[in-house]
Amino acid sequence: MMRLIQLFWSFFQIGLFSIGGGYAALPLIQEQVVEKYSWLSMMEFTDLITIAEMTPGPIAINAATFVGLRIEGVWGAVTATFGCVFPSCIIMSILAYLYFKYSNLKMIQGILAGLRPAVVALIASAGVSILLVAFFGEKGSIHLEHLNLVSVLLFAAAFFILKKWKPSPVLVMFSCGIVGGAVYLLTGF
Amino acid sequence: MPKIQNAKLLKYVKLFTSTFYLSAFTFGGGFVIVPLMKKKFVDELKWLEEDEMLNIAAIAQSSPGSVAVNAAIFVGYRIAGVGGAAVTILGTILPPFIIISIISAFYSAFRSNHIVSAVLKGMQSGIAAVIADVVTSMGGKIIKQKKWVSTISMFAAFIATWYFNINVVFIILACGLVGAVTALQDLKHTMERGEE
Repeated sequence: MMRLIQLFWSFFQIGLFSIGGGYAALPLIQEQVVEKYSWLSMMEFTDLITIAEMTPGPIAINAATFVGLRIEGVWGAVTATFGCVFPSCIIMSILAYLYFKYSNLKMIQGILAGLRPAVVALIASAGVSILLVAFFGEKGSIHLEHLNLVSVLLFAAAFFILKKWKPSPVLVMFSCGIVGGAVYLLTGF
Repeated sequence: MPKIQNAKLLKYVKLFTSTFYLSAFTFGGGFVIVPLMKKKFVDELKWLEEDEMLNIAAIAQSSPGSVAVNAAIFVGYRIAGVGGAAVTILGTILPPFIIISIISAFYSAFRSNHIVSAVLKGMQSGIAAVIADVVTSMGGKIIKQKKWVSTISMFAAFIATWYFNINVVFIILACGLVGAVTALQDLKHTMERGEE
């Protein structure tokens, strides 16, 4: 029981203090999980990051499930995950309430209008990062000899199809996975 | 009466399946979910306006916790109140929960599997294409508004985050401030015109 409370409290803090999402949560998770409680070794923590990168979902949720399972089985995973999203639930409910109450105000409208271009820029930035990893590999060495032509062609084809026929994005991602996967396996990338 | 309850139930089911589906396919975390949510809730289901989706994304990004969970809570609340938020939270956290539970049992086999890594590598191109599609259409709309403040802040924000690696929180704060100042100036203009 004590362990469950510790798990909840640790991931509650991770959920509360990781602003900006994604990789912003990593140092916090490391502090709680590796340094403070030694629930994972540094090696296991690195594995956790690898798994989180390969699988869908927010890193903090992935970490909560992974650590919780290790420590206390399924109930540990449930407790840690719940602890992790609990701060979001409270804060977002308050913000949503305020937003729908005051979003007609000129000032709030102005601030939100100022934020929209920033959001497009942030999405673009995330997109460019993924694009570079897809084209040049994880190491980040942007040289023409490392350019992955299969990946460039897949990207171009997918982009064209999305613009032209507007299919479901998940369908496009899956098709790329199957076509790309087959090509990579056959050519031994 | 039962008909209304049915409609509500249907909405909950749709919200759950939509967020579950989005969360299950959002590799890379963070902002990757925003273009997918936009496609689902704005273009396909037409439950939200595009501007509203971007507002939600901005609020989700500047609040503690993961962007995907925050955005899902907000969208759920907006579409179906507190019950909707509960449903979208569940839909968003269940896929990673299930997948991690399975993978952590077979981790070493999974990591060294060639087929898995080849498919994941192929999917990266697809994800990049989806994001490129959404960014070009949203960015194009902002440029077409011909409000130079918005266009400049979009490019400035991109350079700040991509090239200079500036913390997202500062970028959001700065752009919010720019928006507030613009709104104040507009207000002043209309007031001056009113006095004449």
